[in-house]
Amino acid sequence: MKQKLVVIGAGMASGRMLEALFEAGGNFDVTLFNAEPRGNYNRLMLSPVLSGEKTYDQIVTHDAAWYQAHGVDCRFGEPVVKIDRTNRIVTSNTGGVPYDALVIATGSAPFIVPVPGKDLPGVVAYRDLEDTNAMIAASKPGARAVVIGGGLLGLEAAAGMAARGAEVTVIHLMGHLMERQLDPAAGYLLQKDLERRGIRIHCKGATKAILGTDRVEAVLLEDGTVYPADLVCMAVGIRPEVRLANDAHLEVGRGITVDDQMRTSDPAIFALGECVEHDKQLFGLVAPLYDQAKVLAATLLGQQAAFKPVQTATKLKVTGVDLFSAGDFADAPGREDIVFRDPGRGVYKRLILEGDKLIGAVMYGDTADGAWFFDLIKQGKPITDQRDTLIFGPAFQGGAQTDPLAAVAALPPEAEICGCNGVCKGKIVTAIGGGATTLDAVRMATKASASCGTCTGLVEQVMALTLGDRFSANTNPPMCKCTDHTHEDVRRLIKSMGLKSIPAVMQELGWKTVGGCASCRPALNYYLIADWPTEYTDDRQSRFVNERNHGNIQKDGTYSVVPRMWGGVTTPAELRAIADAADRYAVPMVKVTGGQRIDLLGVKKEDLPAIWSDLNAAGMVSGHAYAKGLRTVKTCVGTEFCRFGTQDSTGLGIKLEKLLWGAWTPAKVKLGVSGCPRNCAEATCKDIGVVCVESGYEISVAGAAGMDVRETEFLCKVTTEAEVMEVIAAFTQLYRENARYLHRIYKWVAKVGLDWCRAQVEDPATRRALYDRFMLSQSVYQTDPWAELAAKPADWAPIADLTLRAAE
Amino acid sequence: MSRFIDIAALEDIPRQGARLVKTALGCIAVFRTADDRVFALEDRCPHKGGPLSEGIVHGTSVTCPLHAWVFDLNTGQAQGADEGAVQTFAVQLTAGRVLLDATRLARRSAA
Repeated sequence: MKQKLVVIGAGMASGRMLEALFEAGGNFDVTLFNAEPRGNYNRLMLSPVLSGEKTYDQIVTHDAAWYQAHGVDCRFGEPVVKIDRTNRIVTSNTGGVPYDALVIATGSAPFIVPVPGKDLPGVVAYRDLEDTNAMIAASKPGARAVVIGGGLLGLEAAAGMAARGAEVTVIHLMGHLMERQLDPAAGYLLQKDLERRGIRIHCKGATKAILGTDRVEAVLLEDGTVYPADLVCMAVGIRPEVRLANDAHLEVGRGITVDDQMRTSDPAIFALGECVEHDKQLFGLVAPLYDQAKVLAATLLGQQAAFKPVQTATKLKVTGVDLFSAGDFADAPGREDIVFRDPGRGVYKRLILEGDKLIGAVMYGDTADGAWFFDLIKQGKPITDQRDTLIFGPAFQGGAQTDPLAAVAALPPEAEICGCNGVCKGKIVTAIGGGATTLDAVRMATKASASCGTCTGLVEQVMALTLGDRFSANTNPPMCKCTDHTHEDVRRLIKSMGLKSIPAVMQELGWKTVGGCASCRPALNYYLIADWPTEYTDDRQSRFVNERNHGNIQKDGTYSVVPRMWGGVTTPAELRAIADAADRYAVPMVKVTGGQRIDLLGVKKEDLPAIWSDLNAAGMVSGHAYAKGLRTVKTCVGTEFCRFGTQDSTGLGIKLEKLLWGAWTPAKVKLGVSGCPRNCAEATCKDIGVVCVESGYEISVAGAAGMDVRETEFLCKVTTEAEVMEVIAAFTQLYRENARYLHRIYKWVAKVGLDWCRAQVEDPATRRALYDRFMLSQSVYQTDPWAELAAKPADWAPIADLTLRAAE
Repeated sequence: MSRFIDIAALEDIPRQGARLVKTALGCIAVFRTADDRVFALEDRCPHKGGPLSEGIVHGTSVTCPLHAWVFDLNTGQAQGADEGAVQTFAVQLTAGRVLLDATRLARRSAA
């Protein structure tokens, strides 16, 4: 007969426990209650969701299919109200469920500082998806947020909101940040780094009250300081959620008391996770919770297992901040420090020795050797012989190795690589030997780097060492060989650190090359143009040749000239001017393009200023046919002439082109406007398409007709031309601000999700703000490049002609 | 014997950019780096003839605009996996003027 197992709480610990149970073939009827209206997800990854690096879907650990496959009866959104121990029945708000074995995994509740105003709307904790979404919603650029608590969680919340553009202040009761993990010196470096990103830090600050009438307006400190706030996040700590256990009269200390087998004072009831107290100790980091999960699964299966807490190391999940701490680093008699400081690079390392053993390590700015030190701490072996070079890490233990993989190569097989899941190097090497040759496969096989992800680099290094040349990183790769940052990181850091020039980006983000390369420079130039339109000056020398010379370079080094033809409509006068120019400069080919305009191919570089002067004189401007920018707006004839047309598609196309032209974008942008669903302008395979219908305008986006062919997806429907213009400008701005350089709209939308885009442009305030930012940028960049460039024809010709002198 | 010919003022060449000098042997690209060093290379990529003078200049390298081959401005050698080289020419920077060694140009065209 199947045992009835009831689990209260679908958190990370209970999720892992169920996994272990099913993997071992356990035969249970499982009922899973969760007060949150959803199943297991990776709570550690809420920080990347907050900062925008991940979506909720990417952090779900168990989906509906998984529960179904294992026959789990899911009761999500049903809080349990009572445990009847005598009859072994758990009662939720909808009814009772009997159990043979019960697991309490209620986790923890955020500690709310008992100050006046703590219940005002706008005060949140940082615990679940609802809190995260509240912070995302409140983190609009210019919004003010106050985070109370400068520990791990508070700082991740602060950095996430700052990355989204909010002005963030952190209030911390103690003298330095993260005092449980860091010593004062490392805390100071961390504070400096965060302040450089625009986050204000107030240490030794005690909150007196949260002020506001209908919702939060400000935070008042004991010293009289007042910080205005649209949102307050309380992240001062957590306490075990033990109310159910108390009501059931189980033995409870600070947490629910459990033995080594995770059994409570009632032999039929077990508990694990942040709600338990084991050997007078509480648990907040994920690694020991996963150990508990393994032990409890074994206990339920009738196997022998005992939980023994192990030391854990800490890393902060804030991009661009390298911080590592492990072991014990408090000052105490008989302890000695080895300290290394390099203030210029912002590097600080401190090792704490007791007798001849390493007992603690704190590292800031350069944490590459963290795993090696952590391993030494856990092994507890004497380090007397290594002491004089210990701080320089494994590379200096016996010879001058400079290979960056040396630190990882030096690790013994039992060294822990993934702290969250307790995966050692040997297990990863075995998995690779068993055919796991990609990061995803290693994650599947071992769970290494599958939780918080900070050890991904280490796991990849182990793979590189084991696989040699066969290894290729398949995660989001760095921008180029000049940096370890991804495009997304760089974009976020440019905004949050206020970096406003290419040298500033390279300096602050630690570029490894002088002057970058032909891949990163155009990307950086674009990001800076898009983020700081009024402050940054376009760097022409960081432009690819086509954008520098405002023409498409051809294989023989000549260029193509394409004047703009608004909405594909031209006049006899324009056609004459084009014909004259073609004659005058002996243009080898005149061709009609797919974007409804005329291409003059084969123009010599030195003729570009003159031919454009002629075209400018006839009233024509650059068509940007070479640009990562607005290209064309293709139209059909619409109501003007067509007997099927429902709206003036030609007129709307011209208006859109006049609104959008000159805008630089991550990759080219083409539009189409069709006057009826017959769609003669082929609007539904453009980056942005408009199809007119009797009742208004259907706007769809993310089409493509190049290497990939895709139909656009419906964005929204509006009723006036003015709304079409605002939605499209706002959507273009959203793309400009968020996409990776060279990603077309369809690639970007696939990454961020159309629903997110729609939510942004459908919210009137957000849409208007995007539109306003787009127009601000247009006030600078909507200019005809040739108006200025054609004035200096000498710049386009050779600087000297030695053909005559050399022949003398 | 080298014969240096004054071709331009340093300011006539944009930083991290290049200008062309026409010669009887084809065009020579004169590069100026971010730190105001000058280099002269044949303006013709050995791969498909791309104009190196239109490439992006980074450090002391230039990336060809056609297919992204990278050349060391010091040696004219292609970098990385690509094999090939362009000719280099001696240049001098004196009192803000750029001088190009035309010895080879004269000799070749005289021959």
